[in-house]
Amino acid sequence: MSVALPIGRRRAGAGVPPGTLAMGTSMLWISVIVLLPLAAVVARSLDGGVDEFWRHVSSRQAVSALRFTLVVALAAAAINAAFGTLIAWVLVRDRFRGKGLVNALIDLPFALPTIVAGLTLLALYGPRSPVGINVALTQAAVLLALLFVTLPFVIRAVQPVLLELDRDMEEAAASLGARPRTIFVRVILPNLSPAILSGAALAFARGVGEFGSVVLISGNIPFHTQVASVFVFKQIESDNPVGAAAVSVVLLLLSLLVLVAIRVLGGWGSRHER
Amino acid sequence: MSAERRSRVGLRVVALGYLAGLLLIPVGVVFYRTFEKGLGAFWASITTPAAVHALFLTLEVALISVPLNAVFGVAAAWALVRGRVPGKRLLDALIDLPFAISPVVVGLSLLLVYGRTGWLGPWLTEHGIQVIFSLPGIVLATIFVSMPFVAREVAPVLAEVGEEQEQAAATLGASAWQSFWRVTLPSIRWGIAYGVVLSTARAIGEFGAVSVVSGKISGETDTLTLLVEKRFQNFDLAGAYAASALLAMIALATLVGMTAVGSRRSES
Repeated sequence: MSVALPIGRRRAGAGVPPGTLAMGTSMLWISVIVLLPLAAVVARSLDGGVDEFWRHVSSRQAVSALRFTLVVALAAAAINAAFGTLIAWVLVRDRFRGKGLVNALIDLPFALPTIVAGLTLLALYGPRSPVGINVALTQAAVLLALLFVTLPFVIRAVQPVLLELDRDMEEAAASLGARPRTIFVRVILPNLSPAILSGAALAFARGVGEFGSVVLISGNIPFHTQVASVFVFKQIESDNPVGAAAVSVVLLLLSLLVLVAIRVLGGWGSRHER
Repeated sequence: MSAERRSRVGLRVVALGYLAGLLLIPVGVVFYRTFEKGLGAFWASITTPAAVHALFLTLEVALISVPLNAVFGVAAAWALVRGRVPGKRLLDALIDLPFAISPVVVGLSLLLVYGRTGWLGPWLTEHGIQVIFSLPGIVLATIFVSMPFVAREVAPVLAEVGEEQEQAAATLGASAWQSFWRVTLPSIRWGIAYGVVLSTARAIGEFGAVSVVSGKISGETDTLTLLVEKRFQNFDLAGAYAASALLAMIALATLVGMTAVGSRRSES
């Protein structure tokens, strides 16, 4: 507690390394805001011992919600990996009027509140659909909601890599007689794949925890359209904090796993730069 | 040549079609449904006492949490980029945590610390402090979910501008604080601005975490996003659309802000 000042480097000689105050403040802030509450979740999940934890996590409804969440988040990440790469490609390599506007709109799912995203999809693809498509209360609705909220991740990960990509390689391949499809699969895709994967991993992590956009459109039918975050919410509402905490811990472990995977991918993506 | 052009147009149509079906048309329908009965109906719907209270509560929460996040974000970015202290890798990993955690888990975690049966619950009750089901809980949830934005935007800018100018200031006799305020801060201001825009959008739009800790007391702890859900569940679809349109307008303003700040940032 006696460590005060300096942010800067002038007093570095005086014994306190630069960044001490900034590091101390940041760590304290994160500990109070994030780590203390998360510790409370882990502690509460083990309130009744490991057996009790396991009983909550392996209940039929919890397993069903977790399994559906994993599958649908994986599907959304895969679909958006394909379409995201395509959209990034069109935004970087194609030229058409209004491209700047389209590029700005990509971030809309990040800016739009999730509950509004859900209502928005319900307006077009719900019971009062003007185009006659109604997916409300189905598993497809959950997929649709996740596609909406995770759209920007892959696009925003691939775009900068595609911008930096050296066109010489493609021209060399073309001059050697490679066809566009071959060039894309053999030259471009290998360069993009770390960015695509890390974007898809972020989309997956987001999809696994998604709540707001799903809650209106899915109907939250147990064993059918109920996702894990909604299951946790219902457990909180029915005053079962231990059950809620247990499933939350599973979600937390998943998040950690994805974060680690992204870090590994990040190291993989930058290995050529050194 | 024409085959290449055809495939390029084909890809463009598929890409734009996906964006239209997923983003543009649904948002357009919400705006259409909101305004099909005229501007007056929209205005009446967002100026009811409950809606006005929700709007002000939402703004109040953002006004408290965003500045705190900005200060933390700059400090964290500084520690990550300029720091010569241990713990940088740990801090780097911890900052991203809120992005990967479900909002419902965030809400639950706060409940288990500050709630009636939480770790600090008995102490808080004894001292008459209410966190859960009132403003402090909503603020804590908002800070949690919008924490990483400023740090993540400022860190690369800080690395980009380098240390030379700060070192020059130091040799000219500037103190660490002077150098920070007069040299560092101006050079990272657009990075901070970008992070603040993102952080504000998230603060205004947070739903899941707030939904767990607010208690949804009408006219007291209902934020705008909670109002959307409540109106929808009370079969007031027009009202839900109106509140959604208001939030969507805030989101569009955010995009404009991002574009404006983004171009300033890349110029400097």
